Amino acid sequence: MTPSSEKELIQVMADASGPLNIVGGGTWQARNNAEPLYTSGLSGVTLYEPEALTLVAKAGTSLAEIEILLAKNGQCLPFEPNNLAALQGVKSTPTIGGVVATNASGPRRISAGACRDSLIGVRFVDGSGTVIKNGGRVMKNVTGYDLVKLMSGSFGTLGVLSEVSFKLLPAAQASASVLVVEDEKTCAATMARALGSPFDVNGAGHVDGVTALRVEGLSGSVAYRATALAKLLGGEIGEFDWQVLRDVQAFAGQEGDVWRFSVKPSDGPVLAAELRRLGAQQIMFDWAGGLLWVLAPSGMDMRKAKYKGHAMLLRGNALPVFQPRPAVIAALEKALRAKFDPKNILNPDWMT
Amino acid sequence: MQMPVANAEIIASKAGIVARLRNLLPDGAVIDDPVETKVYECDALSAYRCAPLAVVLPASTAEVAAVLRACHEMKVPVVPRGSGTSLAGGAMPTADSIILGVARLDKVLETDYENRFIRVQSGRTNLSVSGAVESNGFFYAPDPSSQLACAIAGNIAMNSGGAHCLKYGVTTNNLLGVTMVTMAGEIVELGGAYLDSGGYDLLGLVCGSEGQLGVVTEATLRILAKPEGARPVLIGFDDNAVAGACVSDIIQAGVLPVAIEFMDRPILEAVAKFVDAGYPDAEALLVIEVEGSEAEINHQLALITKIAQRHNPVEIRESRSAAESANIWKGRKAAFGAMGQINDYMCLDGTIPVSQLPLVLRRISELSKEYGLDVGNVFHAGDGNMHPLILYDANKPGDLEKCEDMGAEILKLCVEVGGCLTGEHGVGIEKRDLMYEQFNGDDLEIQMAVKDVFDPEWLLNPAKVFPLDASEARRG
Repeated sequence: MTPSSEKELIQVMADASGPLNIVGGGTWQARNNAEPLYTSGLSGVTLYEPEALTLVAKAGTSLAEIEILLAKNGQCLPFEPNNLAALQGVKSTPTIGGVVATNASGPRRISAGACRDSLIGVRFVDGSGTVIKNGGRVMKNVTGYDLVKLMSGSFGTLGVLSEVSFKLLPAAQASASVLVVEDEKTCAATMARALGSPFDVNGAGHVDGVTALRVEGLSGSVAYRATALAKLLGGEIGEFDWQVLRDVQAFAGQEGDVWRFSVKPSDGPVLAAELRRLGAQQIMFDWAGGLLWVLAPSGMDMRKAKYKGHAMLLRGNALPVFQPRPAVIAALEKALRAKFDPKNILNPDWMT
Repeated sequence: MQMPVANAEIIASKAGIVARLRNLLPDGAVIDDPVETKVYECDALSAYRCAPLAVVLPASTAEVAAVLRACHEMKVPVVPRGSGTSLAGGAMPTADSIILGVARLDKVLETDYENRFIRVQSGRTNLSVSGAVESNGFFYAPDPSSQLACAIAGNIAMNSGGAHCLKYGVTTNNLLGVTMVTMAGEIVELGGAYLDSGGYDLLGLVCGSEGQLGVVTEATLRILAKPEGARPVLIGFDDNAVAGACVSDIIQAGVLPVAIEFMDRPILEAVAKFVDAGYPDAEALLVIEVEGSEAEINHQLALITKIAQRHNPVEIRESRSAAESANIWKGRKAAFGAMGQINDYMCLDGTIPVSQLPLVLRRISELSKEYGLDVGNVFHAGDGNMHPLILYDANKPGDLEKCEDMGAEILKLCVEVGGCLTGEHGVGIEKRDLMYEQFNGDDLEIQMAVKDVFDPEWLLNPAKVFPLDASEARRG
């Protein structure tokens, strides 16, 4: 099914009796045969006010279309959404609704926040066919409960998004990376020093023996801060492809499962050592050491490692995608889901 | 302001309720003497008052859980209270409710500079969180104007903002985790010192839920390295709309100041009588602050100045020293106090799309004439969060009602132009019955269904946020 308007979507949801897989660009493939509900018919930018740093788009609008429009006006989505299509081995064009549903957020999350932090409004149709709006198009809004945050990262299990609103940022005029060659054991400490400096670091990762720090902004300021940072860390200004890290391109096309761990940054290297002992083949760090991308043999349970945080199986079929939740929270989530999706039909595979 | 009829049965059982609470808490942590409960009758929306049944001041998460479990069993409503600085009546009690104050929960539990967070008990004041990490070169970014007094618990309940949120975001963007107790007395950990917890974003849901989903007892907050320096520039204009256009141009040019504050003539006149800030004679004044190294500050201020020149400013004054910076901010910080010297005032908090600024300012000034009440505008222009201050005389019969009617019209206007009723103060009791302006029945129903999940009997801060007629059936 491909509803072409919010009105049609309402009808589809009201009539639906069996499970539905909500499909944006198709980066995330469901493991079941439920009927797909494509959002591609809900497409187009509804409102763009560059002077107010605000964009509103229908949920099925392609991310690429939005990024081109913003770039033309010297603006960007602050949270640097990633595109995991290549990693997942699928041909897909990510949609802005899919970005929201998965809270897809790149390296800049450590300073600009995640998708949920830039998302300022949603319209969605819940599992009973009721259209609901929350938030709006202004960047400060505490009117009523913040269902905007709840929808971001809910993987389509609470409703089908029809429209989303964002606050934007001016695109950086200049960007520079500072590189430090070191073992991954010490990378979190280096990144902590960088983020503890006043130089406004907005990217901090470690790949293959190189720790990379990024500064962005007005060109004079970037040159000053990159130089100061290189001096502080004993590193050098150099080239680093942040998009390769953002999209986990290094693991695309390689055999094996891909895991994603979110932990306290200083725990990153410790966890990495344990994951390697368990059999992990390659590990990359983002978010100052707090995000680990892990390539491991198929079916090997990386959750056996000791860690405090969250592990998600991004690619692989043998184990659950989502980490089980503590009982009290699981009960709250189950009850919430029943309120938003009383017929229990939305994305049955996800968030379980 | 209409409040629900208090439950006479609960009031009649006061002695038993208080005795049970005394059993759970150390000496002095339960207050029921009407003289001592007087300070808990209202928050900063002081036009509305009501004495609570009693006040409890627990000092640990376990004590909060014990109190809530007991109140849950006895079916006694609980109104959580931070420092009582809510401008929306968020902490105002009803006669049949227990006030749960977090003032004794004021400890710093953990500071971690390597991972850039601080974990505190929720009764700690906003400014003292920054104070705890300042000597190590860090700060906590959200800075509501009440930051000297307001508690983190209240900041979380209302999702408080501040002058610097244009760059650093509001509370929800700086909150990593909470320990929360549900009305049934269950302790829940949401989020933590890592960025993703998986599952639904319950942390984001709880932040801004006005103490209706649980009582937050501990919070993990993101702290940031202090910038090398910061400096403001003051720019005066002879027209409100031109000042608004200048704000748009600055934002569009790719400069991102940490704060853009706007003051109109009525505010400037009040400030001039109150403090000597040396502001120029202007219709509208912008205070714009930028951060960074000395060279970066100069560069950004030069860009801003260049843009401002295109709008024929009556004056541009860049700060060249710490003393000049303090002077520029002095007037802005004194604005509320200055208006308070003239008369009683009501402070609104609607947010509008920045593009609608000239229209909204014009309409406000027309409404001011229609109602015969003076209005000053002082607000965060970068993010469209307006704070019209309507002056009235509390001793003049009918003046408060007139002021409230005018306030309601302004808020309706904010919604009409694409904005919202409240940007950072919250709904509380003040804007509760205006919620229909922004939401329809379905929008409100799903929000109330969320409360049903966390507090099925609607015992936590029940008479807030939702229009009374909408929540009536649930409140029992």
